[in-house]
Amino acid sequence: MFVKDSSAGARLVLWTIASLALIFADLKLDNLNTTRSLLGGLMAPFYWAADVPVRVANWGEENFSSRTELIEENRRLKSEALMLKARAQKMAALSAGNTRLRALLNSTALVQDDVLVAELIGVSPDPQRHYVILNKGRAENVYVGQPLIDADGLMGQVIEVSQRTSRVLLISDSSHALPVQINRSGVRAIAEGIGTLHTLRLRHLPATTDVRVGDLLVTSGLGDRYPVGYPVAVVSEVQFDPGQAFANVSAVPSAALNRSRHVLLVFNEGGDESITEPVPPEAEESNGG
Amino acid sequence: MVVDMGAQGLWVIMLSFLAAFLLSILPMPAWLQWARPEWVALVLIYWVIALPHRIGVSVAFVAGTLLDVLEGGILGAHALALVVVAYVATLLHQRLRMFVVWQQAMMVFILVGINQLICQWVHSLGTLGDRSLSFLLPAVFSALFWPWVFAGLRHLRRHYRVQ
Repeated sequence: MFVKDSSAGARLVLWTIASLALIFADLKLDNLNTTRSLLGGLMAPFYWAADVPVRVANWGEENFSSRTELIEENRRLKSEALMLKARAQKMAALSAGNTRLRALLNSTALVQDDVLVAELIGVSPDPQRHYVILNKGRAENVYVGQPLIDADGLMGQVIEVSQRTSRVLLISDSSHALPVQINRSGVRAIAEGIGTLHTLRLRHLPATTDVRVGDLLVTSGLGDRYPVGYPVAVVSEVQFDPGQAFANVSAVPSAALNRSRHVLLVFNEGGDESITEPVPPEAEESNGG
Repeated sequence: MVVDMGAQGLWVIMLSFLAAFLLSILPMPAWLQWARPEWVALVLIYWVIALPHRIGVSVAFVAGTLLDVLEGGILGAHALALVVVAYVATLLHQRLRMFVVWQQAMMVFILVGINQLICQWVHSLGTLGDRSLSFLLPAVFSALFWPWVFAGLRHLRRHYRVQ
């Protein structure tokens, strides 16, 4: 019944030192990542279980929605598909033209990126850190540094991979920054997350820069992390303060950072050397025959 | 018989921690995120008060490390915070048992506040966190939820005779 103070004190010291060692190892050493991804695998069931209510709700919505609603949705999706197809027709001609022009200019052709559809199974419980958990992991060749997009724009990059899940840092996290380009003028900048979901900030943009409200920011491909040309954000506020050396520019992320459930992992060529491409079955067959 | 009781009791304790882990990563709308109580800290504080000879800083360290892995933050942040919380709760457990429930809730506010403060310190080592006091909001909500957590866990403990 009685708690011996001396032993409790000794254990306090022991475990405090252990925690401090963990913190030090996590901040200063890099070799903790393998341990982390192993433990992350153990944690996957937790995220799966915590996601059950959402999945049940979705299931209920799919199964109990009325016939008229389904017909309505079907009609809407059909018209949307028609619109996208029409746009894609034009896109084919445009991209062919673009490839020809690039060939004339002797620059590298833009490669079509492969994508993998993934689903969100968890979000950060801490409002100060912005990350999401996906249901795809090392088994699907997901790698650290891989870009994530949704239907509207860039979402973030993979920072931790376990066997079946991966953790993605969003572009709005305060520890995240990415090189972007203003689509209209081509000016390069760095877009930094500031810890709120709806704002990015452009850092160190000279006060004379050509930037306006409504400008689209796309990935510039510098930094070898994100592929070129994905929409990132739309400039929402520009302030030129004569007393400051730099302009104050804010932008709203294009991607639905807190709403998207179905997202796309982009496999970009030459982004990461460590990925090993699986040998296509046709190649093997032709070698054998 | 006694061994059986112990094993049974262990189940209740582990399940309550499991539920706390699930609740602390349950997806919530953005405007509710600051209102999430620190479930693991609450459950830990309850068991330390109820069974200080079984649940103490060692359990706190394990639970904290698991929480760190689960939340993907800096490894050791929650571990350190919960170890300190468990130690203070162990020292105060006799006094806490005497308190009426709102006095306990006040102490829970202070304990979870310590927990939040330590986590904030550790995270500010890693990144530039914001400097507002909003990190203390979960402590407020933990204190508000305490009476129900306390009643629920006490019911479980008595029903399953966890000693």
